[in-house]
Order: sequence, then C-alpha cells, then structure tokens
Amino acid sequence: MKGVRGLTNVRPKLAASGAGIAKGGVRILEGMDLEVEPGSFLALIGPSGAGKSTLLNLFAGLEAPTEGSVEKDGSPLLRPGSVAYMPQSDLLLPWRSVLANVALGLEATGVPKRVARRKALGALEHFGLEEFAKVFPPALSGGMRSRVALLRTTLLGRDTLLLDELFGALDALTRRSLQGWLLGVRAELAATIVLVTHDVDEAILLADRVVALTRRPARVGLDLPVNLPRPRTMDAETTDEFIRLKGRLLEALGAAG
Amino acid sequence: MKRAFPKTLPAILTAFLALVGWEVMVRLFGVPEFLLPGPLAIGAAFWESRGLLLEHAVPTAAEALLGFIGAAVAGTASGLLINRSGLAERALYPWLVVSQTLPVIALAPILVTWFGYGMLPKVLVVVLFCFFPITVAMVDGLRATDPDLIRLMRSFGASKGRIFYMVEVPGALPFLFGGIRLAVTYCVIGAVVGEWVGSSRGLGFLMIQDKTQFEIPRLFAEIALLSAMGVSLFLLVALVQRLVAPWTLERGR
Repeated sequence: MKGVRGLTNVRPKLAASGAGIAKGGVRILEGMDLEVEPGSFLALIGPSGAGKSTLLNLFAGLEAPTEGSVEKDGSPLLRPGSVAYMPQSDLLLPWRSVLANVALGLEATGVPKRVARRKALGALEHFGLEEFAKVFPPALSGGMRSRVALLRTTLLGRDTLLLDELFGALDALTRRSLQGWLLGVRAELAATIVLVTHDVDEAILLADRVVALTRRPARVGLDLPVNLPRPRTMDAETTDEFIRLKGRLLEALGAAG
Repeated sequence: MKRAFPKTLPAILTAFLALVGWEVMVRLFGVPEFLLPGPLAIGAAFWESRGLLLEHAVPTAAEALLGFIGAAVAGTASGLLINRSGLAERALYPWLVVSQTLPVIALAPILVTWFGYGMLPKVLVVVLFCFFPITVAMVDGLRATDPDLIRLMRSFGASKGRIFYMVEVPGALPFLFGGIRLAVTYCVIGAVVGEWVGSSRGLGFLMIQDKTQFEIPRLFAEIALLSAMGVSLFLLVALVQRLVAPWTLERGR
C-alpha cells in the first residue's frame, strides 16, 4: 500500500512515508504516504485545516516531520533551500522594485547582486513584463503581484516548485486569467510542481494528478489521475472528461466533509 | 505644484487669524507688555535684537542637533543589540524602561556638576530625552517582521545574517522613522532645559536673563524662535526619510 502510484522503476522526486507532525500535542498530519513523480504536476486539495500547507512545508524542508520521513530524490529533506516554495501571500518587499523583488531569491542565496538583477531582467523580458521592472509593488495589481512573486520563485532554477494556494487571494476573473497564463508557461516552469488549492476546477485544469486529503488527521482520500491532453487551455473545462473528473472529486470531498 | 498652496492655506489662515485676534485683544483690553505683548511688539523685539538672538540660537541648535544625532545612533544601535541578543534584551531592556522614569530635568544639574558649563552636559540631556523612543521603535520594528517573510527567505536557503539585513532591518525602517520623528520634537526642549540649569550662552540662557529683566517681548520672540527650530528639524527628518526610504511614506497597500 505504500507509495501509492509510485512507478517502481522511477525514483520519486518527492516522497513522504509515514510522515506525521504534531504541534503542541495536536496531530496535524499522521501517517502520510505520498509520492510525487518527477516532471509531474500534482494538486493537493482538501478541507481547511487538513494539513495541506503543513505537507507542503515538509516538502519545502521548512519543518521536520516528528515521525516518518520526507525525502527528495531519495535523500531525507533536512533543511530548506533545495526546492522552490511560494507561500500564500505574494510577500513582495515594498522597498524593492519589481526587478529587485524578482532577484530577491537569488540574492538571498548569495548570488552577487549584479548577476541576480541581470537574470531577473532576463526573466521579466522572457515573460513580457520588462516594462514593470522599475515599478514598486504598491503600484501593481493583484494579478501582477502574483506573477512577479512566481517569477521570483522560479528564478531560483530549482527542479521542484511548491505553490501554496497560488491565486488564493485574487478575484475570480484575475484568477482565471492567471490560470490560463500558467497553463501557457507550464513547460517553462520547474519540472515538478505541487500545488495546494481549495479550488476543484483549478486543480483539474492545471494538474496531472489530484490528491484529495481527508479531514484531520489527513490521509489520501482520493488519488485521481487527470488525463486531459496537454498543452491545455481553459477550454478543457467544458469537456466531458473534465466534468466527469470534477464529479468524482466533489464526491470524494463531500465524503471528507 | 498647483496643489501645494491651497493645501497649506487653511493652516496659514488659522495662524493669521489667531495673530490678528491676539493683537486686537491686547490693544482692546490694554494688556501691559510685561504680562502679554502682542505679536507686533514681539516682532519688533525680534527685529531689534536679531543679532543677539541669532548669536544665541547657534549653540542651542548645535546642542539639539548633536544630541539628536547621538540619540539616533545610540537608539538604533541599542535597538539592534536588544533584538540580536536575548541576553542583552533581558539585561538591558528593563533598565532602559526604568531609566525613562528618572526625571531628566532633575538629572540635568548633576550633569552640569560633572561636565561643567560647556556643551557636553546639554548634549547629554538631549540624548537622554531623545534616545528611548528611538530604541523602542527599533526593537518593535525588528520584532514586527512578518514571520511568513522569514519563512520565505528560509525557503530560498538564506542565512540568518542575510535574512536580517535583507528583510528585518529594512522592514523596521517605518517604525524607526516613527520613533525618530517623535524624538526630534523633544530635542530642542532638551537643549533648553540643559541651558536653564547652567550655561553662559544659548537661547535658554537668554530666556532666564530676559525673564529677570522683564524683557518679555523678547522672551516671546525666543520661544517663537525655539519653536521654529523644532519645526525645521522635524521637516529635516521628513526630508531625510523621503530621500532614504520613500516607500515608508506610502499609504497602505
């Protein structure tokens, strides 16, 4: 039963086995088994407080499991810094321009400022955002802030990207446009992506596989492969297959609630 | 540029009306000059003694400015120290709070006894007046760093040192400037108090003389000059803040 969906001949990019974490006597996560295949896009969905973000923190190396183990490429994750992680809020620094914000991650790891800024400018140009390079965050729209924060995260060039409720704070329309944008640039982002979301449509639209967690202590309630063809567009949402998957997912989440 | 004038107009108008009202009252009721001179009499006294006033304003301004700079440096440094070291916080912070319950005005004569009639005791009084709000602001500002921001920096793999100077210190600047703006309004008061206790020059010294010699219009002129000095220093701080950290002045997010 361990290693759900893990292909026996491929070492998983990320793996939690029997991972659990307790804080102040409260078990937030217990006996979690989950493997993420290299190059895949996994969406984690589940009720609030199910421990989705906690699981992401474990994969980011920000927290250590109090039981079981969490591994990346087969070795235990002991400290942060090996995967790219994007928290719920964009956390752009108001004293840094867009360019300097995008360069923040590189500068934080000791990359010389000039090199980091040059790379950041390259990334902004690549995504057609160079006109915002000198703008300061308070002048940006919510959607633009998210894009800048995502660029900051991806510029680190790490092979794994953890996204915690990526577009959670945005209004529905902005969110849709960013989902479309993300589908378009999917191939240029990190190879392996784990996305935590509350949004069933978003999960199916973006991911190759959706894992629904049960209520606390969280376990895998449903492990659903999404075989919608790639490259995808927003049109995928109206296909029969999408609606079938959504039905199954909603049913599983209903059972969890 | 067009908006600047209408924006300050109400404040100027208020001052003008108050001065006119004051002058009218003084004349109407025949208030003697040694009790309350009118604005015109004060202005005349100012003009008459402009050389003398300027001569004595220079040391007062120097004491206030030096003391304020000393307080800004000492306050920021002690704030950093308290934030960085738990031991320093436990050992120093309670005593810093206690030090604020000591009446600085009562300490001033002791400082004069120790350091004489020169500039040093006045500068020290100013430092004592000003540094506490700056220390507290720095400590609070560093403490107020968004924990999510620290987690983000950790996820990048940033060292503690980098997290400190890339995120915590700049994040504390709005607080620090809040403390500095508060402190700068105290520094002229500190210098005058220092001069009252013992000095041979400065506006505080002149005030004591003019009081005993019933030069009341000039006494008022000195008060106005001190106030102008305080306002100028406040504006100077605002200018520095605009140059150094313009983002701290932006409203909301």
